[in-house]
Amino acid sequence: MMIEESFVNGNSLIHRLNPVLKIGFAIIYSFVVAVSSKFPSLFAALFIALFLVILARLNPRKAAVRLAAVNGIIILFWFFLPFTFQGEALFHIGPFAVTRPGVIFAAGITLKANAILIAFIALVATMRVTTLGHALNSMLIPEKLVQFFLLTYRYLFVIQTEYQKLTRAVKVRGFRPGTNLHTYRTYAYLAGMLFVRASVRGERVYQAMLCRGFKGKFYSLHEYSISKADITCAVFMTAAIVILVVLEWTKII
Amino acid sequence: MHISEGVLSGPVIATGFALAAIGTVIGLKKLDYERIPRAGVLSASFFIASLIHVPIGPSSVHLILNGIIGLLLGWAAFPAILVALTLQAIFFQFGGITTLGVNTVNMALPAVLCYYMFGRLIIRKGNLIESIAAFACGFISVFMSAIMVGLSLMFTEENFFDVATLVVAAHIPVMIIEGIIAVFCVAFLKKVQPSMLPGYIVPQRVFGIDPEIERR
Repeated sequence: MMIEESFVNGNSLIHRLNPVLKIGFAIIYSFVVAVSSKFPSLFAALFIALFLVILARLNPRKAAVRLAAVNGIIILFWFFLPFTFQGEALFHIGPFAVTRPGVIFAAGITLKANAILIAFIALVATMRVTTLGHALNSMLIPEKLVQFFLLTYRYLFVIQTEYQKLTRAVKVRGFRPGTNLHTYRTYAYLAGMLFVRASVRGERVYQAMLCRGFKGKFYSLHEYSISKADITCAVFMTAAIVILVVLEWTKII
Repeated sequence: MHISEGVLSGPVIATGFALAAIGTVIGLKKLDYERIPRAGVLSASFFIASLIHVPIGPSSVHLILNGIIGLLLGWAAFPAILVALTLQAIFFQFGGITTLGVNTVNMALPAVLCYYMFGRLIIRKGNLIESIAAFACGFISVFMSAIMVGLSLMFTEENFFDVATLVVAAHIPVMIIEGIIAVFCVAFLKKVQPSMLPGYIVPQRVFGIDPEIERR
């Protein structure tokens, strides 16, 4: 599997927004949608998410692939929930009754999952991981955790190269995976070797950091100022949240 | 073994975040600044190792390895798994923001429990006990995770019982494979770099030569 940040390249309004604003909205929006259950608010949420993804001008095919993967898991619920819920039967398939509450519940899950993930792709997947790390640092996330996060991200690609080296080595030696102990032993040793190399490298990395005068803090070279677009978007985002809350928790509709 | 977005109820999401926060704070407390780079790079290696697909019959499963993560990191498994899941969300969109807490606890709590249950048994000399403990570590860590995923679903909605049962049942082959992998992996680490395993006693220095440095 390729590890890549598929959506970070772009020059849309969304890409240029202040990262703290994007993360903040993504978090509030996700939680509001996750605890919503009424269909008007869920459709409104999906509409907001789609609007954001259009505004971000992402590669539609890549976004569709990601969503297809998520909906593959959601389908599992459609196989179960309509049949296991108690309630009024809509119709029958053989001996099984498809119940109304079950279908409504499954539809709710599908809408929520898609809305949250589309918004996530539009808002969070459009920023670089390093940007995300520094933005989280200014959002009350402990410094240590942010350092952990940035170091893991930094060495992901190094370790991936190590992994490719090891898989190439076993392939050259004629290794063909199958359902047998030899395969499991090979993979276990491969994983073990990755851990050993990571551990040794981690110590070297720390020594190198000390040599360069590391004093327990990462500095960001970018300054994130608040632009006019940020303020306008913040107003619209607040309005979007208010609309969702009103649709869900008041009795207008 | 991720729970998708949009499935869980508010109280389950909130409990997940509360527990994940407590575990992460303890994990970070136990991790000095000088050990963060090593833990970070190790965490990257867990992320990559979880991309390995092991064949099983006509299908394949990916490694989870949370038992081994627990053995190697102890409480630091919490921040490590939190970070790994965040990166998975960013790269592959497996899971998103609201399920982060629950998914972290479901993976990391069994990891920490395995550290306490099997950490001391694994370093023993006896080959059989060591192998059994390692197998149990790999098997039980995934078993507990599957049970916790099932419970998270059940606390959300009682009608999820069938889905929850299916999740646990579907993971039985994974548990066995993780057990086998853990046996080999622990044996490998014991031979190559025993200082990575918990309870390792540094051998006495002989004539001023550090055996650890020699081995490298």
